[in-house]
Amino acid sequence: MSESSLRVVWVYPDLLSTYGDRGNALVVERRARQRHLNVTRIDVRSDQAIPTSGDIYLIGGGEDRPQRLAAERLRADTGLIRASENGAIIFGVCAGFQIMGHEFVNDLGEREPGLGLLDVWTTRGDGARCVGDVLADVDPRLGLPQLTGFENHQGVTHLGQGVAPLATVTAGRGNGTGDGTEGAWRDTVFGTYLHGPVLARNPAVADMLIKLALDVNALPPADTTWYDALRAERIAATTRPA
Amino acid sequence: MAGTESEPTGARDASLPARAKIAVTAGRVAAAVSRKAGRGSGSVIGGKVALRLDPDLLGTLADHLDVILVSATNGKTTTTRLIAEALRAAGPVVSNALGANMPAGITSALAGGSDARFGVIEVDEKYLATVARDTRPKAIALLNLSRDQLDRAAETRMMAEKWREGLQDTEAVVIANADDPLVTWAASSCKKVVWVAAGQAWKEDAWSCPACGGVMQRPGEDWFCQDCGFRRPNPHWALQGTHVIDPQRGAWPIQLQLPGRANLANATSSAAVAAVFGVSPQVALERMRSVTAVAGRYDVVQYQGRDIRLLLAKNPAGWLETFSLIDGPPAPVILSVNALDADGTDTSWLWDVDYERLAGHPVFVMGQRKLDLAVRLEVAGLQFHVVDTLEQAVRMAPPGRIEAIANYTAFQQLRKVVAG
Repeated sequence: MSESSLRVVWVYPDLLSTYGDRGNALVVERRARQRHLNVTRIDVRSDQAIPTSGDIYLIGGGEDRPQRLAAERLRADTGLIRASENGAIIFGVCAGFQIMGHEFVNDLGEREPGLGLLDVWTTRGDGARCVGDVLADVDPRLGLPQLTGFENHQGVTHLGQGVAPLATVTAGRGNGTGDGTEGAWRDTVFGTYLHGPVLARNPAVADMLIKLALDVNALPPADTTWYDALRAERIAATTRPA
Repeated sequence: MAGTESEPTGARDASLPARAKIAVTAGRVAAAVSRKAGRGSGSVIGGKVALRLDPDLLGTLADHLDVILVSATNGKTTTTRLIAEALRAAGPVVSNALGANMPAGITSALAGGSDARFGVIEVDEKYLATVARDTRPKAIALLNLSRDQLDRAAETRMMAEKWREGLQDTEAVVIANADDPLVTWAASSCKKVVWVAAGQAWKEDAWSCPACGGVMQRPGEDWFCQDCGFRRPNPHWALQGTHVIDPQRGAWPIQLQLPGRANLANATSSAAVAAVFGVSPQVALERMRSVTAVAGRYDVVQYQGRDIRLLLAKNPAGWLETFSLIDGPPAPVILSVNALDADGTDTSWLWDVDYERLAGHPVFVMGQRKLDLAVRLEVAGLQFHVVDTLEQAVRMAPPGRIEAIANYTAFQQLRKVVAG
């Protein structure tokens, strides 16, 4: 990438932007601009080609049919897969996370192939839907503070050998496998079930994506007063005995 | 609570079947007990008791009425009120005017309207098919569908699908918003449809064709799917500026006391409904002028010596319409957001709202989820103050009428505070 500029690609807002997913794009943009980076946000609708020259790709959550349509179009487009091969940073949430895996169960109840960017596959849970606030401790190798977010999904995501869990839940369900794992990651590709939106609840994750894109270990400080207040409030509310 | 305040044992009760009569009476007793105990109007508990004694009661009560159902994500309470006012030109009306919009509340409202000719009923989106089956309506108004409380409600498109399946055999005239692709999809399998170009500012839930999943094209006012050909029907009625255009191309000025484009749209749909029952747009619109605040919404109240206008916005589409009607800068704006069960417990939707539109306003943020709002506004690049109480916000607000925008339970709390 060129010096101090950042291309943020928001994948398929027409299909995968069910509940505040735009927030993740807005937070990355804001955190980058606070570091005086030149940011270009590219919103790519599902009838447009995915550019392969992006630095950070964001994929949001979606309802069941739009999720299938998104997977079909992303498989046909191949832009995201090529971007990944070029080392792009990819961050997917909920339906976006599932699409990044090998397969998931679509709205017709059939196994739908994903993009294979993450070594995970998703089945449909037969228990209650996972809905509610989540707290999770992040893989220590990422050096990030506790995650807070809101989950709302029926899928159960199983992790293969090629990924590590992004985090381990201390409240909530995460991947729904019962082993406490939440999300998955490898190299510069990340998936999570957390809404909130997750980057608004966890600005350190947004900063991590920017650092990976710039290939730097640190960024100039940027104010986190309100994020910190929100995090403290959500962490307290989620750990408070019911 | 029922639109009819008193509860006389109406003339019509005498004609009810014995079981229905007992159920109505038992419901009134339960409602009265609940009211005495200070638990609100008692309409829901009354309706529940009555329905348990006579599960067919809703249908029995509706038998005597020309029933009009109103459903939507936003605007159903106001539109129900507008239609009720318009139809009073043609006969007495019973209505669940204050928004108890599930079967128990509806039953209770109808049981209170003994001599009415019309039953104008607001229905929760999820119950529309059931209530339409039970009440055999003459008309159904479908205004809009958009994302709302996804942590507990069905997906938006699935709601349209449920409407479509539930209404395809209805004998009712369906008055539907042709500018909303999801509403159009829901109504387009019905036998008799009156299409209304009522507009819809929020478009984010209908970029994907409800029929085939294709990408929707939306040039100007038009919309169509280039994959399957599903497209905007030609409207019979339209909202044009501040006029209702009727099917004969007559233009009728809308003069509401209610603010905003969304209410002009609601008035247009209401005029189309009134016409089904022989009430002319002129008469209907004239009667709608008498409607001021609806369940406290749009009410301008006095608090701490200041004028505050109370505005309810429950979801992104509602916030968008609300931003378009508030006074321009430097009018102070108070935002209050809760995430209790009745609001939906996930606040992610705040990021679907363009708070950037509040630039230039002094903004005060309160409510249970004020910190979620604070982060949202910080990212929007706005200046704002976080406060704990309405009193504190009002004290800090610069001069001018204050616009207070709140979601569901936050709105109820504001009303309570200003009422003292």
